[in-house]
Amino acid sequence: MTRLMDLKPTPWGTVRFLALLTLAIIWTYPFVWLVSASLKGQLEIFSKGLNLIPDEFLWSNYQRAWVNAGFSVYMFNTVLVTAGTVVLVVFHTALSGYVLGRYDFIGRRVIIGILAATLVVPVGVTIIPIVDVVSTLGLINSRWGIILALAGGAQAAAILLYAGYFRGLPKELEESARLDGAGFFRIFFSVMLPLAGPVTATVSVLTFLAAWNTFLIPLVFTFGAPELRTLPVGMLAFVGTNETDWSGMAAAATISLLPVVVFFFFVQRYFVEGVAGAVKA
Amino acid sequence: MTGYLITGRPVPTTHQTCTDQRFSRVPTLQLPKRLQGRGTQIIGRYGHPCMLTTLEQSAPGWRSRLWADRWIYLFLVPTVVLIGTFTVYPVLASLWFSLLDWNGFGSAGAFVGLANYQELWGDRLFWNAFSNTLVFLAFAVPLRVGLALFLAVILNATFPLVRVFRTAIFLPVVTTAAIVGVVMRYVLDPTSGPINLVLLNSGILDQPVNFLGRSSTALYAAIGIWVWKWLGVTLIYWLAALQTIPRDVYEAAEVDGANPLYRFFYITLPMLTPFTIIITLITVIEATNVFDLMLTLTGGGPFYGTEVIDIFVYRQAFTANIPRLGYASAAAIFFGVCFAAIAAVQAVALIKFRARRRSS
Repeated sequence: MTRLMDLKPTPWGTVRFLALLTLAIIWTYPFVWLVSASLKGQLEIFSKGLNLIPDEFLWSNYQRAWVNAGFSVYMFNTVLVTAGTVVLVVFHTALSGYVLGRYDFIGRRVIIGILAATLVVPVGVTIIPIVDVVSTLGLINSRWGIILALAGGAQAAAILLYAGYFRGLPKELEESARLDGAGFFRIFFSVMLPLAGPVTATVSVLTFLAAWNTFLIPLVFTFGAPELRTLPVGMLAFVGTNETDWSGMAAAATISLLPVVVFFFFVQRYFVEGVAGAVKA
Repeated sequence: MTGYLITGRPVPTTHQTCTDQRFSRVPTLQLPKRLQGRGTQIIGRYGHPCMLTTLEQSAPGWRSRLWADRWIYLFLVPTVVLIGTFTVYPVLASLWFSLLDWNGFGSAGAFVGLANYQELWGDRLFWNAFSNTLVFLAFAVPLRVGLALFLAVILNATFPLVRVFRTAIFLPVVTTAAIVGVVMRYVLDPTSGPINLVLLNSGILDQPVNFLGRSSTALYAAIGIWVWKWLGVTLIYWLAALQTIPRDVYEAAEVDGANPLYRFFYITLPMLTPFTIIITLITVIEATNVFDLMLTLTGGGPFYGTEVIDIFVYRQAFTANIPRLGYASAAAIFFGVCFAAIAAVQAVALIKFRARRRSS
């Protein structure tokens, strides 16, 4: 809480404030410029590049990006891929995090060791075999291929997050549930998983952002299927053929970034918790 | 597990030092040979806290243990299948692929032994990519880690708009790297991009600079954009780390009249050492994953000036006229091994540091 005393300007306080304000402006400027350019006419961008308020709001740029350039399709693909990945990741990481965090069994240490090792595998090492496996499965030009590859790529952090949380829950929970006649499945789905709500929220948020922003896998999976491109892949294709369409580019980029930025503002808390938790663990 | 038992006789627990004089002379007992390595289960204990008598159940054999734990293994199946197929298998497969001459996913590869590695050794473009990656690491990692720590120390206080500042710096983090890369091409455009316009209008430059079009500046421009984009995450890490330093440490220092710089170098920094190691490790890992930004920002150009390892691999495997999947795998494995060595050194440092802190 800010007390009145803190508001009294001191020399250091003023310098700090102005420096941070400058920094905040630099940090957000590219996005402000982007939104501004997305509403300008082509000529206006070149003649009055630094003026951030457009003479006239040209919404037609958005129509051009959404309809003609196909960003409605790219958006649809991105939403499907992201939703599928989030569901699949929460499902498999909650299950394995639960048993890894709460039970001692033969092979547990090996699995944890392998998971920890996957954290440092560079993406360049895995991409060729992933494409090979997915083509063998016949899923190369499909959204399912993208979803499976994303859900199976380096989810160790989410598993460890679940494992840490489940380990902290009291032992009596299972014992009383078992006395009530609940089996292993029932205990997990009706007692444990509901209790892990905060972790599920964090894992969903982090996975959502990662899946929405992912690029390499959808890029190489849709070489032969332009209609399955996701937003960032579509963006690269768009500027490849319309390099001089600045306002179209800006509108397309705004369309692609807006959902994830809005989403972030709503779920900021979970995101920050998840990120900070990774260091503390 | 606490002390071992021979039923009916008290056994000293091994994990704590007993301060009770009566028990100090009792030697630690070993688990009897017949029970060793069988996962003996303790089902109850009683007695003095330093001298627990435990009731144990003789351990079941591993077969019956596996069967008793069948639900546990069932729960692991989805993860094992997914991570096995898309992370663990690919690492092993890459090792094999790197020994092949293989020109496309449809065709079969021919075994060529270490020929790919031999060719890499003499490939100027590979070493160019290797050194670009190292330059990127050497500049981007300290810049991001240091700048974020500096900001975290300033922002770890209460004053007006502090949350707004944190959010502003965090904003680029949530955006799509590949889209940021495309957008930045326009922002840095030499003739109409806003950065050049600002620099020209304010008189800092008298000629526009084609930041991304010159091989002397492109890599550093990319480093700048990368630091700008990801600084917010590191800031959050540091803020979380700073929360772990108890307030009274600073209060004591203030009473002693220590100035802020002294406090930072002699209190804050030493207390943060384990975090410094792990934050640097995370940042190093992230700095090798710059494919999205690089491909969309420069595509590795101009004249391979920003071609990092991932772009080299991608070019060999996916965009060359004749794909060279084996050669690309060899490049990825070679770099991956060098990189794992760097990461391992840092991980060992972290473990050693933790052990030292625990023992002191």
